[in-house]
Amino acid sequence: MLLIDCPWCGPRSEIEFRCGGQALLWRPQPFDQISDLEWGNYLYMRTNPRGAHLERWIHNFGCGQWFNVERHTVTHEIKAVRRLSQRPCPSMPTDRP
Amino acid sequence: MTAQRLPHGGTDLDRTRQLRFSFDGRAYQGYAGDTLASALLANNVKITGRSFKYHRPRGLMAAGTEEPNALMRVGTGARIDVNVRATEIELYDGLVARAVNCWPNARFDVGAVSGLLSRFIPAGFYYKTMMWPSWHMFEGFIRRAAGLGRPSAEPDPDRYESHHVHCDVLVVGAGPAGLTAAAAAARGGARVILCEQDARIGGSILTENCTIDDQPGSKWIHDTVEELRSHPEVVIKTRTTAVGYFDHDSIALVERCGGELLSARTPRHRLWQVRARRVVFATGAIERPIVFPGNDRPGVMLASAVRHYLMRFAVSIGQRVVIFTNNDSAYSTALALLHVGAHIVAIIDSRQNPPPPVLAMVRDRAELLLGAVVIDTMGSPVLRRVRVRDRGGHIHELAADLLAVSGGFNPDIHLFSQSGGSLRWSERYSFFEPGVHAQQTTAVGSCGGILDLSTALNRAHATGERDAASTGFPAALTPAPRVGSVSREPFHIEPLWQVDAPGKAFVDFQNDVTLDDIELAVRENFVSVEHVKRYTTCGMAPDQGKTSNVNALALIGELTGRTPSQVGTTRYRFPYAPIPMGVLGGRARGELYSPRRRLPCHAWHESHGAVFEEYSGWLRPALYLRSSESAVTAREREVLAVRESVGLFDASPLGKIIVRGPDAALFLDRIYANRMSTLAVGRLRYGIMLNELGVLIDDGVTARLAADEFSVGTSSAGATRIADWLEEWRQCEWPDLRVIIAPVSNAVSVFTLSGPNARMVLAKCEPDFPIEPGDFPHMTYREGRLASIPARVMRVSFTGEVSFEVNVSSAHAAELWSHLIKVGTDYGLQPVGIDAWMVLRTEKGYLHVGADTDGTTSPNDVGWDPVHKRNDDFVGRRSLLRPDNLRADRLQFVGFEPIENAPLPIGSHVRGHTTAQPSDGYISSAAFSPTLRRWVALGMLRAGRARLGEVVSLLTPHGIIAARVSTPCSYDPQGTRINA
Repeated sequence: MLLIDCPWCGPRSEIEFRCGGQALLWRPQPFDQISDLEWGNYLYMRTNPRGAHLERWIHNFGCGQWFNVERHTVTHEIKAVRRLSQRPCPSMPTDRP
Repeated sequence: MTAQRLPHGGTDLDRTRQLRFSFDGRAYQGYAGDTLASALLANNVKITGRSFKYHRPRGLMAAGTEEPNALMRVGTGARIDVNVRATEIELYDGLVARAVNCWPNARFDVGAVSGLLSRFIPAGFYYKTMMWPSWHMFEGFIRRAAGLGRPSAEPDPDRYESHHVHCDVLVVGAGPAGLTAAAAAARGGARVILCEQDARIGGSILTENCTIDDQPGSKWIHDTVEELRSHPEVVIKTRTTAVGYFDHDSIALVERCGGELLSARTPRHRLWQVRARRVVFATGAIERPIVFPGNDRPGVMLASAVRHYLMRFAVSIGQRVVIFTNNDSAYSTALALLHVGAHIVAIIDSRQNPPPPVLAMVRDRAELLLGAVVIDTMGSPVLRRVRVRDRGGHIHELAADLLAVSGGFNPDIHLFSQSGGSLRWSERYSFFEPGVHAQQTTAVGSCGGILDLSTALNRAHATGERDAASTGFPAALTPAPRVGSVSREPFHIEPLWQVDAPGKAFVDFQNDVTLDDIELAVRENFVSVEHVKRYTTCGMAPDQGKTSNVNALALIGELTGRTPSQVGTTRYRFPYAPIPMGVLGGRARGELYSPRRRLPCHAWHESHGAVFEEYSGWLRPALYLRSSESAVTAREREVLAVRESVGLFDASPLGKIIVRGPDAALFLDRIYANRMSTLAVGRLRYGIMLNELGVLIDDGVTARLAADEFSVGTSSAGATRIADWLEEWRQCEWPDLRVIIAPVSNAVSVFTLSGPNARMVLAKCEPDFPIEPGDFPHMTYREGRLASIPARVMRVSFTGEVSFEVNVSSAHAAELWSHLIKVGTDYGLQPVGIDAWMVLRTEKGYLHVGADTDGTTSPNDVGWDPVHKRNDDFVGRRSLLRPDNLRADRLQFVGFEPIENAPLPIGSHVRGHTTAQPSDGYISSAAFSPTLRRWVALGMLRAGRARLGEVVSLLTPHGIIAARVSTPCSYDPQGTRINA
């Protein structure tokens, strides 16, 4: 069971959280200029790395806040947790494209 | 084999307490402190079970959790444990045990005849044989023939507990190394948990003579435990097995609290879910057998087990003993046996030149055959003779009733492997030891590959101090325990993986896998250890290969010209030892597994004939049964009450979510497929929500309470889900919007008055606001008091009749409900259950999201076209324009009328026009309408809206029925009643 360091509450057991899948999925905009391909990529295409994975979790049996987590998919090591208002990880931009 | 209890000795025994027990129907006696295994041996019971596949007679082989043969079914009636190792069952008075894998008993087993067929059951037999025509044809027979115990058919009457604990240092195993590490950590003040699967603390010291800190081992154990108990932050748990190592240093321990101690107040087992900052593995090592023909005959045992039974339980096994070894450790067993007067017929040592000090231990007291091997055993059913091939190739036959075997040791790295650590092959000791650690773990003692006791204790001590320091408890700088004399010599071993001789040589005793099976698998080109394991099932039995895995992979290596480290191991898996299912459930059984929610008026419903059913967690009245009334009659009576006068429906589970803030209207415009910003304060609007795929996920009626405040209504099933959904969009996608979301579903109860007399009943509640149609039109709400109770009344209908949804604080719910019932008496008001409610909405053709829709339904499919009404974005909008959503032949929401008045069952499919497309849709809601005196049905039909009036064929369980496609609404399509 993972030990997740909620950026609001501190370390808590995985059972208090729910994983919302890949983080930083930018919703393509504006809707009337998006091709079917772009929209389909947003809906269905996800990364599946062996290694660092950015994902979003919610502390749903705690503070109810969503936040970003960088987790290693092999070792489950959690390298970083970030509030949504923070830079999600050193290598990623905060601003949406 | 002749085993007997010695008149003296046995460190575990309390000879003042005799216990009675039975095994396979025969009565025996033992002492308090015995395990079932030691008590059986003390009673000279030689056969303790039958093997899994061939039903060969088997006896006890080991003394600990690794025992592969003596699997027991213990208990009677509802309290039955199956597949428990006899070595781990503490004897209690009246214990009833049976062997598994046999019928009628282990001594005489009908299934043994299949042993004659054994040469026809090679590895992969099932895969090769059961292919045609279907595995399922054979499955029933095989499942019965294959073994393992039958559990009780009755519900488990016992209680199981589960709890979460945190500690700084968890030490698994309370042998000398574990005790030392725990004491060193505890002295620094760290929170320490020390767990031991045995009933006694001490591990290897219990069966070895040694002195530590100038005291006998037993005294040192006692003093160390006393010291540990004096530290307030230390927890010592015996009878507690660490069964799983999971992510981020979470470990599952299973504590056996039951046995004879079981009372109404104690749970049977307790699950400890531990989160540790540091973990010390002090799990010791397990002796491994040697693979030679006849190595499974009762009377062949592990050498360390023989010593274990002798020293702890005063059971002397064997009068004429042959010892077969490839290492030094078996010599200690020889000494122990000589000490109690057993006759050592011979020591068969496969090494040509064992270390001289070891030989000196037994010189002149036993015959030594060096460079020799055991090539077969004889005796039926138990051992009588051992056949030996000496270094010159000569065959000897030795009469013997015990063959004590040692093939070396395997550090018990089960948990270490579960934690993700990688293993390293030790050439010196021929075993896998911990290599690279993946979590915050350290292995000490023989688990860490350290066999010398003095070195082991020094390392364990340093580990305990370091772990305590690293968690913030600096060491107290005490010296490590000093080891004086020790019977453990520097350990020497020469691997002997198999004996080259004909006959059945077992590798995995519990799953009946032989050397031949492994050879066959390799011959068939299964080379990877993972494949061989699965093909032969070696190591896949409940014992998880504790005695077989290393032998198996060394053999695979020999057969394929690789070293064991090249072959590698499979990763060990949870659980370390079989555990009762109950312990995983804990208290989460029955109603506690998923607690049912009860309505604020539950008591009233219950006392007025409600028949409850569960709807998304809520216990709700399906109908209210009057005496001598059938369910069908009750439902129709309730429907007609609403149509003809007035009914009262408890709609409290409906979702209510307050959305408030300057951007509330904008937020809801983005969430809903229809616009909410244009809704006027005081008015209601029906809204639909989509997900990003454009699929309808919920609907409901939303009220605008103020310019910056809405009450979002959701379906009952969607109450929690939609609140989460709104919150996710607010936080993750539109954090810039100034809006807060507050689910208030449970705080507000909803009672719906519906029917032509609904307004009359409402008037009787003396509302302090006007309720005449002109003052209170459809799709508006009013706030005020009903019978002096604050309420919000919404005019919205799910039945087609004039309806008032009364929203009231749940604190006043029961009071208002009773009042409504009372004042409604004059109008024949009846409580209405969900069954009637569903008939009413089906007559009216109202959509029920989740019943009429599924994960493909778009708003257009149910008659909504938000895309062409709005030019701004909302969740799911872009998906509605994907080609699949623009197809003309999508399934669309329609009604069905039977041509003759036949039932139209839910799930009936509309026959398609081609074989490629056999279904043209289906019925999703249907009921007999007591109002219209005919069946009404709703469903999805391919291109349905263009087919109104068409007669289609429905495939029903009663045959093909013709029905006419109609609009969904069958009742009052003009809506005159709803607006009245």
